[in-house]
Amino acid sequence: MAASDRTVLQFSSSSSSSSASLSAKVHPLVVFNICDCYVRRPDQADRVIGTLLGSVLPDGTVDIRNSYAVPHNESIEQVALDIEYQHNMLLSHQKVNPKEIIVGWYSTGLGVTGGSALIHEFYSREVQNPIHLTVDTGFTNGAGTIKAYVSNNLSLGERQIAAQFQEIPLDLRMVEAERIGFDMLKATAVDKIPSDLEGMEASMQHLLVLIDDIYKYVDDVVEGRVPPDNKIGKHISDAVGSLPKVSPSVFDKLVNDSLQDHLLLLYLSSITRTQLSLAEKLNTAAQIL
Amino acid sequence: MPAATARSFLQVAATEEVAPPLRVVQIEGLVILKIIKHCKDHSPSLVTGQLLGLDVGSVLEVTNCFPFPMREEDEEIEADGANYQLEMMRCLREVNVDNNTVGWYQSTLLGSFQTVELIETFMNYQENIRRCVCIIYDPSRSDQGVLALKALKLSDSFMELYRSNNFTGEKLREKNLSWVDIFEEIPIKVSNSALISAFMTELEPDTPVTQCDYDRLQLSTSSLMERNMEFLIECMDDLSLEQQKFQFYYRSLSRQQAQQQAWLQKRRAENMARKAAGEEPLPEEDPSNPVFKPLPEPSRLESFLITNQISNYCNQINGVSGQSFNRLYLMKALHED
Repeated sequence: MAASDRTVLQFSSSSSSSSASLSAKVHPLVVFNICDCYVRRPDQADRVIGTLLGSVLPDGTVDIRNSYAVPHNESIEQVALDIEYQHNMLLSHQKVNPKEIIVGWYSTGLGVTGGSALIHEFYSREVQNPIHLTVDTGFTNGAGTIKAYVSNNLSLGERQIAAQFQEIPLDLRMVEAERIGFDMLKATAVDKIPSDLEGMEASMQHLLVLIDDIYKYVDDVVEGRVPPDNKIGKHISDAVGSLPKVSPSVFDKLVNDSLQDHLLLLYLSSITRTQLSLAEKLNTAAQIL
Repeated sequence: MPAATARSFLQVAATEEVAPPLRVVQIEGLVILKIIKHCKDHSPSLVTGQLLGLDVGSVLEVTNCFPFPMREEDEEIEADGANYQLEMMRCLREVNVDNNTVGWYQSTLLGSFQTVELIETFMNYQENIRRCVCIIYDPSRSDQGVLALKALKLSDSFMELYRSNNFTGEKLREKNLSWVDIFEEIPIKVSNSALISAFMTELEPDTPVTQCDYDRLQLSTSSLMERNMEFLIECMDDLSLEQQKFQFYYRSLSRQQAQQQAWLQKRRAENMARKAAGEEPLPEEDPSNPVFKPLPEPSRLESFLITNQISNYCNQINGVSGQSFNRLYLMKALHED
């Protein structure tokens, strides 16, 4: 019976070509925010929904930098989102950071559900082509998967029937988290923030581990235990070659000069502290008779 | 008869007043990330924000925070600022975030945060909240791979002294208060919920070397040291100004005393003459004479604050120098092969 009306399921081509090059980058703060909101959710809610804030970089990548939760009600038939709350929070956030705009929304839980399509439609009224981020806080499949989707509208002839959620590549490299140190963000309790010298020690140990690895690898290749890989060899020779070629005497002079400068600064700071304690004694201990 | 063992309600209510001293500040990883993001986004200008959390025994837990918008110095924006705060607190309450203010955070430039405004803000907060803390974050030092986060509190003895607004030398000697005692630094503990810990463990990259290490092993620290030295020199200038004020005060005080003595001698001589003549002796004191007017002693608060700043800079220089020594020796060893 479909012989006469042959309608074709068409993907609206414009959006698919733009979404093919779309990718998203997530900052660690967003993940932290989402988890925190999930932990604090009201008891009857199964999942948490919220807005994603960020900006679109000139090369088309969406940079997701911040997020906040929006209270919502969800049941089998309908989904209700507190629009006024959403708007108020957006205004408040923009007072601090006027450059951050809505780029999409997130929800916890694996996969995309029916209600999500409605919410996505609401968000596509706020911004063009919103990103839908799912964060699996339930750790189904034994892993916490974070995925990002954009939706394409599927239309049958003139009528729109469905929205297809297409996954886009997500960059989860957490450069800022690395800066602080994963040890602090990973453990459930850290007793104190490492001081300068302790951090230095940790970095030097990392370097030592790396150098040991390279040593072992080169030994293995020389002994014939591991087949040589030209690319790795090239990298190693590049790294060794990047040490500046200066004669030992010049290098020693450089290092010694630097050392002397730093020693001078240390001496200066010690003198200053002595001066401070003297000044304080003079100021407060003077007795007027 | 449980009356002997059980305490009456009155007794329990009475002993409730004594609060255990604040020993540690427990911050969530989320708060640290938020503070860093806010300070870094707006550097080099200085920003502030509010801390929210719970006050539990001797631990102050900070569970969330929100930034304050940049405020221009305009009267009508004051109301806006208060509105913003109320609005944020209300919205956060709806998503079950702790609605309790426990302090504020601010960013600083190379540790120059000890100002009178800080003390005043502390006093303002202290009136409403029993325990509050200020977290200072230094984004410029964090480029060196160090997380420069500090939690500060005014010491109680200093607060009492400030309230009475009396900073003379005698009072300070009485209380045995020196410039070290103004601010108390409280150790920070970091805690994370189990969920976020699971996520971070999952998302941790496989490389054994992280960005943090790259930052720390950088050889060029000269710009940081230069700025530190510049600030140090400026502060020394300020300190010497304050010292000159004190010198001036002492000199005028001793001059006044000499004048007082001279006047007293004259009076005594007059009195002797009067006694010889049989008249009433004049009083030995004359409060209306300008010679006896007490000179106001300059407040030592400024000098204390400046001293604090200087010692901070010195500490930083020490720290950075220590790191540089490590790096230089490392370089030397590397080159030996």
